[in-house]
Amino acid sequence: MGKINSPAELKKMQEELKDGNNCIVRPKDKVVIKVAYATCGIASGATEVMNYMSVELEKRNVDAIVKKTGCMGYCYAEPTIEVSLPGKDPVVFGYVDIKKADQIIERYIRNNELVEGVIPVNYHNID
Amino acid sequence: MEINKNQIRIVLRNCGVIDPEDIREYIARDGYSALAKVLFEMTPERAIQEVIDSGIRGRGGGGFPTGLKWKIARSNHADQKYVVCNADEGDPGAFMDRSVLEGDPHSVLEAMAICGYCIGSTKGLIYIRAEYPLAIERLKIAIGQAREYGMLGNKIFNKDFDFDIELRYGAGAFVCGEETALIHSMEGKRGEPTVKPPFPAESGYLGKPTNVNNVETFASIPVIFNKGAGWFNKIGSEKSKGTKVFALAGKINNVGLIEVPMGITLREVIYDIGGGIRDGKEFKAVQTGGPSGGCLTKKHLDTPIDYDNLIAAGSMMGSGGMIVMDEDDCMVAIAKFYLEFTVEESCGKCSPCRIGNKRLYEILEKITKGAGTMEDIDNLRNLGKVIKDTSLCGLGQTSPNPVLSTMDSFMEEYVEHVIDKKCRAGVCKSLMQYIIDAENCVGCTACARNCPVNAITGERKQVHLINQSICIKCGACYEKCKFNAISIK
Repeated sequence: MGKINSPAELKKMQEELKDGNNCIVRPKDKVVIKVAYATCGIASGATEVMNYMSVELEKRNVDAIVKKTGCMGYCYAEPTIEVSLPGKDPVVFGYVDIKKADQIIERYIRNNELVEGVIPVNYHNID
Repeated sequence: MEINKNQIRIVLRNCGVIDPEDIREYIARDGYSALAKVLFEMTPERAIQEVIDSGIRGRGGGGFPTGLKWKIARSNHADQKYVVCNADEGDPGAFMDRSVLEGDPHSVLEAMAICGYCIGSTKGLIYIRAEYPLAIERLKIAIGQAREYGMLGNKIFNKDFDFDIELRYGAGAFVCGEETALIHSMEGKRGEPTVKPPFPAESGYLGKPTNVNNVETFASIPVIFNKGAGWFNKIGSEKSKGTKVFALAGKINNVGLIEVPMGITLREVIYDIGGGIRDGKEFKAVQTGGPSGGCLTKKHLDTPIDYDNLIAAGSMMGSGGMIVMDEDDCMVAIAKFYLEFTVEESCGKCSPCRIGNKRLYEILEKITKGAGTMEDIDNLRNLGKVIKDTSLCGLGQTSPNPVLSTMDSFMEEYVEHVIDKKCRAGVCKSLMQYIIDAENCVGCTACARNCPVNAITGERKQVHLINQSICIKCGACYEKCKFNAISIK
């Protein structure tokens, strides 16, 4: 990727990344899993959860993107992950270990059943 | 379940949302739009006015108006000026800056470039402590990608504006969060403060005009330009605009990173967002501002949190650590804990801080050991005031705050330690005794067998006795006794 030379080029790139062909934010047909991957999450075992998620989702034929983000702010419930199913609002799960990750894949992602451990969103984000 | 949405995320807008190691994710969230806007639509003077109009004040603790700081840095002329980001987060229990840098490094880079344009600088430096390896790694990746995309380097957006950023590492000294000490440390000198004036805006890094802002302040800047100063200054209280990130820690259910509008009450923070005190215990106090701050108590629960109210309450905003204490915390021990930290971190350059804090600590030590007198309490207050008035830099000028503010709010606990030789929270071990109640003791010997220092004597089926001069107050006997025969006095 080359340099961005003008505000117009920046704007164009922003639009493409938001919902164009290069959409990076949240592709509409894919399951997106974000792992809170900052010092706090890593110390609580986020690496293990992230690796497990990537491997297992592929094994179980789920078309998903697993990516790392910074801290979501729920230190008391680390490791935390956010799961976005196509067409649905994102849901944050706390206290995720391998067992919980397995439940989330089997029950929430594949069968759309709710799993315990959902953290209610308690903030407004600006857009 | 009712959800209380009294948090607004401005600084943390991208934390936990984007992948911090991919600049495209930041760009997709309108990243670098503010830089484009400033470079193409505003003169430096107009941009500085926007920051002034937003009302934002320094988030590192002091609360100096950011726009004014930029204006002063702009008005000083030199062949080279510097923009410095202070990421030397040193308060115990604070992790706001680390989270921002780990979760959204580009927002800081973008804001530094904007600041460079405003004050007329082409060089940015981020002073970050070496204890933050992940934040450093993500910053390095972010700087590399920003250069690749032309958001840093020469001729940004093909305009006649160059700006680049380098990292400088700190060794984790608390005093280096003070801007003059920070600058010395970056120059390779000892991290010691000097008297202001001259302020860094006149003579800072390598003697050149330097603008130092905190991570959180920078992270707010792109939003101010994207949304406008008029949008930003509607959030918050009359004299403190915008939001503040707090690291909520201690005896609270939902330990975490929160961002709330200025002017929110302590009650909302602790009970609505924090989920109340752990194990249903009673709230006692909150320490804000770390070792430089003071404690807020029940009577402050409904005080709106902003820079001025916290200072009026004998504390300060500080960088945003909030440590919650419950009925099991001894306020004298808390004051001692913070002072121990300051004694350790004092750079030693000026004597009030180097010697005064040490003496202050010794008096507290004496009180918690049960050897204090009422005269000691008077001395604490006098000495504390002298240290505040005569120390060279912010570290010493604020170090007695935890002692003075706990004395203001919890004097009865100090008096109890001195007169009754009692610590109501059971924290000061020298002031408590484990006693065997002769009526309940059946002589099972469980306590004696579990005592690690053999302080308990007694025949089988006879009442046992604890030798107080040997007892180390570990509480093993108390836990092992099945007959409730051991009590704490």
